[in-house]
This record gives sequence, C-alpha cells and structure tokens, in this order.
Amino acid sequence: MLAPNAHGKDAFVAALRQGKSGIRHHAHLAAANFACQVGGIPEGVEELQTKYLSSEALMAMNPNMVYAAIAAIDAWTDAGLPRIAPDDDRVDWDTGAILGTGIGGIDTIAEKLAPKTDAGKVSRLGSTMVEQIMSSGNSARVAGLLGLGNQVTTNSSACNTGTEAVVEAFYRIREGRALRMLAGGSEGHSKYIWAGFDAMKVLCKTHNDAPEKASRPMSASAAGFIPGSGAGVLVLERLDVALARGARIYAEVLGGAVNCGGHRMGGSMTAPNPTGVQKCIRAAVQTAGVRPEEIGAINGHLTATFADPHEVASWSRALELAPEKMPLIHSTKSLIGHALGAAGGIECVASVLELHHGFVHGSINCEDLHPSLAAYADRIPHRTVDVPGLEVLAKASFGFGDVNGCVLFRKH
Amino acid sequence: MEQQEIFEKVVEIIKPFVKAPEGVTGAKMETSILKDLKVNSARLVDVVIEIEDAFGIEVSDEAADKVRTIGDAVTLILAEQKRK
Repeated sequence: MLAPNAHGKDAFVAALRQGKSGIRHHAHLAAANFACQVGGIPEGVEELQTKYLSSEALMAMNPNMVYAAIAAIDAWTDAGLPRIAPDDDRVDWDTGAILGTGIGGIDTIAEKLAPKTDAGKVSRLGSTMVEQIMSSGNSARVAGLLGLGNQVTTNSSACNTGTEAVVEAFYRIREGRALRMLAGGSEGHSKYIWAGFDAMKVLCKTHNDAPEKASRPMSASAAGFIPGSGAGVLVLERLDVALARGARIYAEVLGGAVNCGGHRMGGSMTAPNPTGVQKCIRAAVQTAGVRPEEIGAINGHLTATFADPHEVASWSRALELAPEKMPLIHSTKSLIGHALGAAGGIECVASVLELHHGFVHGSINCEDLHPSLAAYADRIPHRTVDVPGLEVLAKASFGFGDVNGCVLFRKH
Repeated sequence: MEQQEIFEKVVEIIKPFVKAPEGVTGAKMETSILKDLKVNSARLVDVVIEIEDAFGIEVSDEAADKVRTIGDAVTLILAEQKRK
C-alpha cells in the first residue's frame, strides 16, 4: 500500500501505531485559491516509482495508475507470489483484480488532453492518452504487470470504492470464478480531483496553518474532510489454495455487503440514508456469521463531516449494542485524510494489519470529542491500544451516491 | 545535419521506448524498430512526435507508415531537412 503517511506495510504499521499524520500544507493549493490548502499525498514517489516501473511504462501512467501499481506489486510480492516476466507468455488465468477509483485520470485530461484538443492539436497528443484517462486505467496496467488472466476491472462507487472492491472480490472467489483476486483502490492527488470538493465546501479550511491537526473525525471542531490519495490493495485467495502453498495469511474475509440508500429516508446524493447504512452493516454481519459482541473493533468511514456522529449511532443501532458495549471505534482518515477511491483499500489494509498485530490505532485530533459521541468516549481511543485478543474487525465505507459497503475480517 | 549525427539522435529518441534498453547498443541502420528493438507498435506515434520536435520537421502519416528500420527514419529525416 501507499499512503500519505507511509509506503509499505511495515512503515504503515509503525505510522498507525505512532499516530503519524500524512497531511501537509501544499503550496500549489494556496496558489490556486483553494479554501482547504492541506492534503495527503504519498511522499518520495518520483524516486520510488523507478524501482517498480520501467521508464517506458511510466510514460503512459498518471499518479493514480502509479499508486495502484506500486500497491499491487507490493501486495503480490508480500503474498509470496512469483512475478511472471514481461517476455514470459504465461498468463495467470485464476487471478484477477478489482482495483477501483473514484475519479481516475482527470489530471491527464485537464493537463494534457483538454488543452491540446481545444488548441486543435489532437495529432500531438501521442499514443498514451486513452489508457490513462479510461476509468479502468489502474486495473488494466496492473493486469499487464502481473500477467493476470481472470476478471480485471475498475469498480467505482465514490468513497465506498475500495471496500466494495474487497466485497466483490470475496464473492467472486466464493462463487468459484477465481482462485485469487487483488482488491482495493487508488486515487491520484490532482488539484482537479480536489477542486470539486473544495467548491462544495465539504473540505476543512480551518487548519491550513496546522496540517497535522486538520483531519478531525469525530471531533466537536470537525469542519469537513481533508483530501488524500494513494492506494491500498489486498490479495484475497481461496483459503485452501493459500494454505496449500504455505502463504502467510493475515486475516480471513468472513463476509461483506454493499447496498444503496436510494437517496431517500434522509439520504441524498451526498448524505447517507441511515436505514440503508444499518441494513448494510447488518447484512455484512449476517453473512459473516458472527454475533455483534464478537466484533472487537470498527474501522469506520468517519471523515470529519457532520455525518460522523450519525455514523456511530448507526453502528450502534445496527449492531444493537449500547454505547458502552460497542467495539472500539477508530478512523484511519484522522491520519491520512480521505483518499476517496483509495480510502476503502488503504483502510482495509490498515484493518487487516491491526488484526494481525493485535492493536487498534488511535484516532488523532478528536480530544474535543463531538458532544453527541460523549456516551462512546471510552470506546474511542485517541492513542493506539494493544488488543492482543482482537479477533474480528468490521470495516465500512459510506460514499457519495448514498452507497454503502461493509466487510468483516477475522484474524487468521 | 550529417547522417551519423542523425542516426545517433534517432537512437537516443527511440531508447526510452525500447523494452530491453540493452538492445539499443549495437543498433545499426538495418535494425528493425518493431522486430529487433521490440518497441510497442502503439508507441510509434510518440516516436514520430519526438522526431518531429527534435529535427524541426513534419512527418505525414503515410511517410511514418513506411519507416521500418532506424535507417528508414534517418533517410526520412534527411529528405525532410533537404525539402525545407
């Protein structure tokens, strides 16, 4: 995975444990008159990408695709799977990828395609435009790098993209259509992605001078989310296949669900229908076959908008657990911002690593807990807590479009 | 510009597009861009754009289609430069 605060699982685990923020002030946002001038962008990628990708490949890849490729290759390598050389004609027919994105290659469009097209210089665009602007650019490039031969697709469901990818990959394997699926999401960092959110006034503009304090999920001073970027990818594999090859298994996907709230009953394009949210959580828990009491931690969607307290209340209602009986609740977005199409992917990776290592990272920047969450105060750690008995974790994302996704992992 | 100078410049332009960059050493006028250097045929468009920029010429689609070897590219460039 590749997040604003770390590259690779070991660095990410350390960053989560330490509560390390990846949010920085970015001069180019200030220059472009953004209200929110801070965000999360993976660091050191210009040099890092040369270790993963040939210059020939990089000529046809925008940041969204680069992030996805780095995360996918890391996940593949960590899973102990061999790389098929580019000139080796074998295809891995049993392995596919669902790597989503929320916005995709908009930077290529805005910086290259649109200006040259409008200037009447279409013939000067070169051959690499389509594969960078097509929504499936990230998954398509990864397929070639890894020789994938099963379903390769880019799903898109806004903030739910990465979590939905994991749920869809889980069901594909369970149906016997693939032995192995890469699942997750990526998102670039272009100001053209972030501009629309800034214009809607859902980004936090109150902490441009204190970037690491800017992402404040569940706080009384939450004033909008902080945009992020990067990629998170899991390798999902049929259990018997993984065991047979001696793979290191971090966790088991017990079940998951996705749904939509229909933009009714309180829901809209940008606000969740609480009934839809609760139905999704319940369905995920049911397919997982666990009792709510068995869930040790919740990695929430929790972006630092007005929706945070409503989300926690929905979890409580869906699980039918009183506040004091709730699992520990935390928000990875407090450290890395909201990485949009990559969020679910990065946060599922965080969840799986937390399960594997037996800890729940603290949510930073909510010492001033939202008053509506007072009853849950004991369940919301501000600093990392070791939870050696952590067995089951529930992860959910709730996206624009009133779309919901929830997946349950169990430590292996 | 001399033929040798053009040849070397063309090789430099093609190098980033070659999947196995080592294959570029020992390149000759007869070296086939697609077959020997294994340049992705989809990227020939980009090679032509770079050549146009580097030598200040315009290459028609028909002329570009006829280029198979580095030598063909060099010959094309020499001809275009003479026409200007």
